[in-house]
Amino acid sequence: MTTALFVSQLLNGLQLGVILFLVAAGLTLVFGVMDFINLAHGVQYMLGAYLVAVGVRLTGHFAAGLALGLLGALVMGFVLEILVFRYLTRRDHLEQVLGTFGVILIVTELVRIAFGDAPIAFPMPQALSGSVALFPGLNYPVWRLVILGVGGGVALLLWYLVNRTRLGMLVRAGSTHPQTVSALGVNIDRLFLVVFAFGAMLAGLAGAMAGPLISVEPTMGDKILIIAFVVIVIGGIGSIKGAFIAALLVGLVDTLGRSMAPDLLKLMIGKSAAATAGPALSSMLVYLLMALILCLRPNGLYGGRSA
Amino acid sequence: MLRAVLPRPALAILLVFVAALGLCHALGFPHGATLIVRTTTLALAAVSLSFLIGQGGLVSFGHAAPLGVGAYAVLIAGEFGITNILAVLALGAGAAAVFSALTGTIALRTRGVYFIMITLAFAQMTFYVAASLADFGGDDGMAIAARSTFFGIKFLKSDTALALLAIVLLALALALFGRLSASRFGLMLRAGKASEAKLAALGLSPYRHRLIALAVAGAVAGVAGVLLANQVEYVSPASMGWHVSGELIVMVVLGGLGSPAGAVVGAVAISLLDETLGHATEHWRLGLGLVIVAVVLLRGRDLKAVLTGGAR
Repeated sequence: MTTALFVSQLLNGLQLGVILFLVAAGLTLVFGVMDFINLAHGVQYMLGAYLVAVGVRLTGHFAAGLALGLLGALVMGFVLEILVFRYLTRRDHLEQVLGTFGVILIVTELVRIAFGDAPIAFPMPQALSGSVALFPGLNYPVWRLVILGVGGGVALLLWYLVNRTRLGMLVRAGSTHPQTVSALGVNIDRLFLVVFAFGAMLAGLAGAMAGPLISVEPTMGDKILIIAFVVIVIGGIGSIKGAFIAALLVGLVDTLGRSMAPDLLKLMIGKSAAATAGPALSSMLVYLLMALILCLRPNGLYGGRSA
Repeated sequence: MLRAVLPRPALAILLVFVAALGLCHALGFPHGATLIVRTTTLALAAVSLSFLIGQGGLVSFGHAAPLGVGAYAVLIAGEFGITNILAVLALGAGAAAVFSALTGTIALRTRGVYFIMITLAFAQMTFYVAASLADFGGDDGMAIAARSTFFGIKFLKSDTALALLAIVLLALALALFGRLSASRFGLMLRAGKASEAKLAALGLSPYRHRLIALAVAGAVAGVAGVLLANQVEYVSPASMGWHVSGELIVMVVLGGLGSPAGAVVGAVAISLLDETLGHATEHWRLGLGLVIVAVVLLRGRDLKAVLTGGAR
């Protein structure tokens, strides 16, 4: 494996990591504040990609479409919270899993009815569709660099919001001592509404960022949801810092594993065996990582609260 | 004599299912037998999951995995020329039990949401392993060589025969889980679910009981997988996708937690919904989703309570 290939795989891994972080951040915050397990979070990611695609088509301009789409994702977050999720927050986890599973089915089918099963075309701004030479022998797509930049920026912003603002303080306090915060006169339901809608928008942003790279289809949310859960479980549910580290870890392990595991296996067990075992092993690596980490630390890397 | 072996709900379900089968036969509705096999198979898997959730509080989000292991046992055994139903059932149940126990030793280290997620992770791993079995169909899966036989007699050729076998196995499973729940074993599971700390204070640990419960439930799900593979005559990784696990949980909760017979009602409801709505529109999952959300929001009114007219 050449240096150029390795560096580009490393960047791909980090880029997958920040997308995972955008999805996982909302998931872990909502769990932290309200002890709420939201399977329908993948649906927000899918909706984000669709809404941005529609926004761009309506306005004919990428930036305006992106803004419109993200606003739509935020509104959808509010709508879902008000219609369904606020009634689920004080239920046990089993009922939450079930209720949000129902929401997945409903929203996915509605999208299917509106847009069909087939992937839709996702517009990408002309200026960002090329590639740049990072160093001789490595041309890297601009869009992927944009994702890294945006993801990194959002991570910094989140860090600031959570650690340096009053709202963030409430979120942090709410995730460890919800009763105390509530007793001090904070409306924890409204806090949840805000955090939830914000998380939905972040997931939507992730969907829009990933849109040009993957196929935008009704089931795209299912694929990322499970990985996003792996991320928050590895990081420790409720911990933003854990989610960030775990997202990068999972992104790197998955991407590098897929490109390197077949070669490594070839050295160890021979070519033909590696050809069959390789794809399975590289798809499994992330789950193996999770099983290993949970085996050693049953509450995740930064799990403060046992759930 | 039957009463001595089967508790009343199991007996009732046995009779209702056999009557439904007879009715389909009498009315010349051949598709009915197929539907009954499918429903019974799903009910079998749902009942085993209901035991885990209701008795042990072990919410497994990966129960489709032992189901799929059982299905693959039929496929793989068939490729090696083993088609005797007794051998195939033993292989399917055994493989699924071993799988559940092995993953259980790690999964039981975790609690709550972490348990839900680690069982999901193991099911996903199994999914990818199955998808990589190039000799057995890979991603797409493949048709099984032939339906299982009984020492060379092809008595499972018709769906009616298969339905009878499935119904008997379902009744036996209900009886088994009824006995287990009523025993000291079930008491330990329920006590562990209620308060692990109190059990620990008594010097007891429910770990062994939970592990055995996982293995037994896994074995029953494996039996369901064997039946499913025989009915569809096709095995693919999709049978252990996480949507299947989700739907099994839906059946358990829809029918009312803590009641194995309820899980059967839930499985029948989902099957009928699939059959009616699924034929009316390709978007039947929209209806399913609405039903699920409605049931969850109207808490305390599970299907069994609605049917018997009382709230929980």
